[in-house]
Amino acid sequence: MATPAAPAGGARSGAGPEWGGFEENIQGGGSAVIDMENMDDTSGSSFEDMGELHQRLREEEVDADAAAAEEEDGEFLGMKGFKGQLSRQVADQMWQAGKRQASRAFSLYANIDILRPYFDVEPAQVRSRLLESMIPIKMVNFPQKIAGELYGPLMLVFTLVAILLHGMKTSDTIIREGTLMGTAIGTCFGYWLGVSSFIYFLAYLCNAQITMLQMLALLGYGLFGHCIVLFITYNIHLHALFYLFWLLVGGLSTLRMVAVLVSRTVGPTQRLLLCGTLAALHMLFLLYLHFAYHKVVEGILDTLEGPNIPPMQRVPRDVPGVLPAARLPATMLNATAKALVVSLQSH
Amino acid sequence: MAEAAESPGDRGTASPRPLFAGLSDISISQDIPIEGEITIPMRSRNREFDSSTLNESVRNTIMRDLKAVGKKFMHVLYPRKSNTLLRDWDLWGPLILCVTLALMLQRGSVDSEKDGGPQFAEVFVILWFGAVTITLNSKLLGGNISFFQSLCVLGYCILPLTVAMLICRLVLLAEPGPVNFTVRLFVVIVMFAWSIAASTAFLADSQPPNRKALAVYPVFLFYFVISWMILTFTPQ
Repeated sequence: MATPAAPAGGARSGAGPEWGGFEENIQGGGSAVIDMENMDDTSGSSFEDMGELHQRLREEEVDADAAAAEEEDGEFLGMKGFKGQLSRQVADQMWQAGKRQASRAFSLYANIDILRPYFDVEPAQVRSRLLESMIPIKMVNFPQKIAGELYGPLMLVFTLVAILLHGMKTSDTIIREGTLMGTAIGTCFGYWLGVSSFIYFLAYLCNAQITMLQMLALLGYGLFGHCIVLFITYNIHLHALFYLFWLLVGGLSTLRMVAVLVSRTVGPTQRLLLCGTLAALHMLFLLYLHFAYHKVVEGILDTLEGPNIPPMQRVPRDVPGVLPAARLPATMLNATAKALVVSLQSH
Repeated sequence: MAEAAESPGDRGTASPRPLFAGLSDISISQDIPIEGEITIPMRSRNREFDSSTLNESVRNTIMRDLKAVGKKFMHVLYPRKSNTLLRDWDLWGPLILCVTLALMLQRGSVDSEKDGGPQFAEVFVILWFGAVTITLNSKLLGGNISFFQSLCVLGYCILPLTVAMLICRLVLLAEPGPVNFTVRLFVVIVMFAWSIAASTAFLADSQPPNRKALAVYPVFLFYFVISWMILTFTPQ
């Protein structure tokens, strides 16, 4: 009775349940012949019959196990039969899970085709869109067009990642937990996806006509200004230059996005809320990226002055908002304060 | 599984005609060629299996694979219009190059306090993640190249950069200074250009002609990041 049970289990967890059933029938004899005939007659509903057959076989198996258990020590071998069933069930489950995972991976790869329309661009189109992302259009009454395309935004985000890596390297940024690469990727993708979804949510509240795809494309192309500014200012360490670029290039790309959003929103309050949020986030992000990962000449001077200063981690070594011109009086003030302290201590 | 595969044959002999007479009448015509189709692939596979690798010594197998990898290295160093790199791809070469580069980029001491340098895992992940991203991008742009072919080409084209890393490490043995840096900069730039040229020579044909620039840009970015890591590397 043990021999028929094994192939049935294998067939159930393995390829075709029908074949397992057939084999069973051939070996088992008796009732199987009736089933075969059934199948031949009603070719349409044969699967139901097979299901029934399986049910019966399973019951037989359990009976066999029970009988075997009775022959030897009852308690112990009841356990054994139970264990056999359990292991078969586990194997079955594993097989199912594996199959599901494999099919999911395969369907993911097949689903690339779904994304393909968003990457359907020509180089000239990308070039013109990049340029347009710096040119705000003052057209408020009619909704401005946004190309729903993801190639440009994705590439810009990757470019920003590369530029950030470059900036972190030159500024000797030290990150204790995590890698430079991970931080850069996390920052850029987090900003792109996070702010897009946030603004999309706000747009939904403010009743603006924009889809998630359009939002992603808009914000993605808005990062072009960031890329330019950061690439230049990571290499040329001039504060005045950075502020100029921040206002000019960053401002232009922000204005472009704001203009598009304004043309797609109705009502002054909604416009103010939506565009104010986006503009603030976008401009502040550029500030953050610059000062968090920027090597400044003053930083070196500081380390020369005081070698005992502990290494900071991801902290700007200069004070944002202090122009070089304004810095001079500040350092002088510091010097006078120090002198005062020294003189006080000596007294 | 074997029993399941045999079972149709068993059934044919064991069960008499009335069982499947109806079925064969309905779906399968009595022509023989269908059977022939089924048996041929199995036989050919068996023959190939016997003749190719089972009987040769392990040394032969390894030497053959190494020779194939070496030949592909030559293709990268001297890129021609050839499809060898694309046709029989393998991932051994990329793995070797990747591990070599990552090991060389690893700093001497494991000092977690002041370590901004790339770690082995980081380099490894950047290489594979970047290659996969580029491949997916080229697939999305409509390139007719298979996933692993693209990975293979991108991996093999790291070879010039690995050579650059080797040279940089040698140069770094000399005393540091502006001359030292200039030499390294020059070497890295040349090898960077070489990598780009080699990979575009292999990959550009797979893209639609009007989109080559779009597919090449991420490749440029990828090799740029790697070159940057190599250039800024300093052993402690």
